[in-house]
Amino acid sequence: MRRIWAILVSAVFLYFLIGTYYPTLPEFGNIDMFRRVSFNYISKSTTKEYQPVEFKKSNGLEEGSANVVTSIVVNYRSFDTLGEVTVLFTAALGVGILAGFRKRRIEFEEHRVLSIAIGIVFPIVLLFGAYVFIHGHLTPGGGFPGGTVISLGVLLLMLAKNEFGVTDVAKHTEQVAGSGYVLVGLIGMAMAGTFLTNILPTGTVGELFSAGVVPIVYTLIAFKVGAELSNLISEMREGDKA
Amino acid sequence: MIYYISFILIGIGLYGIVSQKNLLKQLVALTIIDTAVNIFIVSLGYLQGAEAPIYSVITPVANFVDPLPQALVLTAIVIGVGTLAMASMLLIHIHEKYGSVDVDEICSAKEVIE
Repeated sequence: MRRIWAILVSAVFLYFLIGTYYPTLPEFGNIDMFRRVSFNYISKSTTKEYQPVEFKKSNGLEEGSANVVTSIVVNYRSFDTLGEVTVLFTAALGVGILAGFRKRRIEFEEHRVLSIAIGIVFPIVLLFGAYVFIHGHLTPGGGFPGGTVISLGVLLLMLAKNEFGVTDVAKHTEQVAGSGYVLVGLIGMAMAGTFLTNILPTGTVGELFSAGVVPIVYTLIAFKVGAELSNLISEMREGDKA
Repeated sequence: MIYYISFILIGIGLYGIVSQKNLLKQLVALTIIDTAVNIFIVSLGYLQGAEAPIYSVITPVANFVDPLPQALVLTAIVIGVGTLAMASMLLIHIHEKYGSVDVDEICSAKEVIE
């Protein structure tokens, strides 16, 4: 009976989506980029006149990162990202509060292959995470994927060594990185009058040292997300310590 | 075409939420809907023959798909991870209290406790 209801509900919803909503959508793969807001983001000219941007040639633009998604996430809509980091922090806080009620710690047998290989794999994972977040303004990636890669390295370490646990260092890292993000915003407010403004010179598009505060902010986000997710994984495993 | 994939995934997720009694399976179905909505938003910005929105050696001048939906989906993915972690922690808590994550078994366990 329950399954019949379920099929009925999803069929009605699909009928509504395909019959009523689908004809109002733009045709797939055939959008007009010139009439969209993102066109200004791509040409990096939301306030100035339109100028075509070229890789490794244009410099001194209002925003200098080669990855346009990064420029939206960390520069144009940076306040949004601050809220997003706050949501992640709130979720981690909730997990931490609920973890306080747990009785026992999850224990498992150490596997010999994993516990020997972790000595080689763990530094490589950390190095890859650092590469991903340092090059966040040039290549696909950035602070959130880089932090996730680092926290997955911590998870691997946790699976390999039974006695390993995340200490309070993770919490302090998270606090310092989160405050650093707000501090960058306040420095922008003090120097240019707007919260989270890009105050540093933006450089040439495609260079490693370019894009102003974007790499700094993404590094802070990576540290915050990495520490936060490692802490979250650890809290799901640990029982009540007291 | 990709619109249909996301619609079908939303349908599968709704079916899972309504039909399953196991809370963990309902959580998985909810995550499927999350992914389907992300696919849908990204597909709204797709342009035939355009490249990923990154200035690089291969694409020195702009011929890009819409980057704004991708940036919004990046936000949505992170928030999805947060809610997934929170919900799975709640499920662990429920399992420790009632010994099960099945809705019917939780109800009978409640009656036993009372």
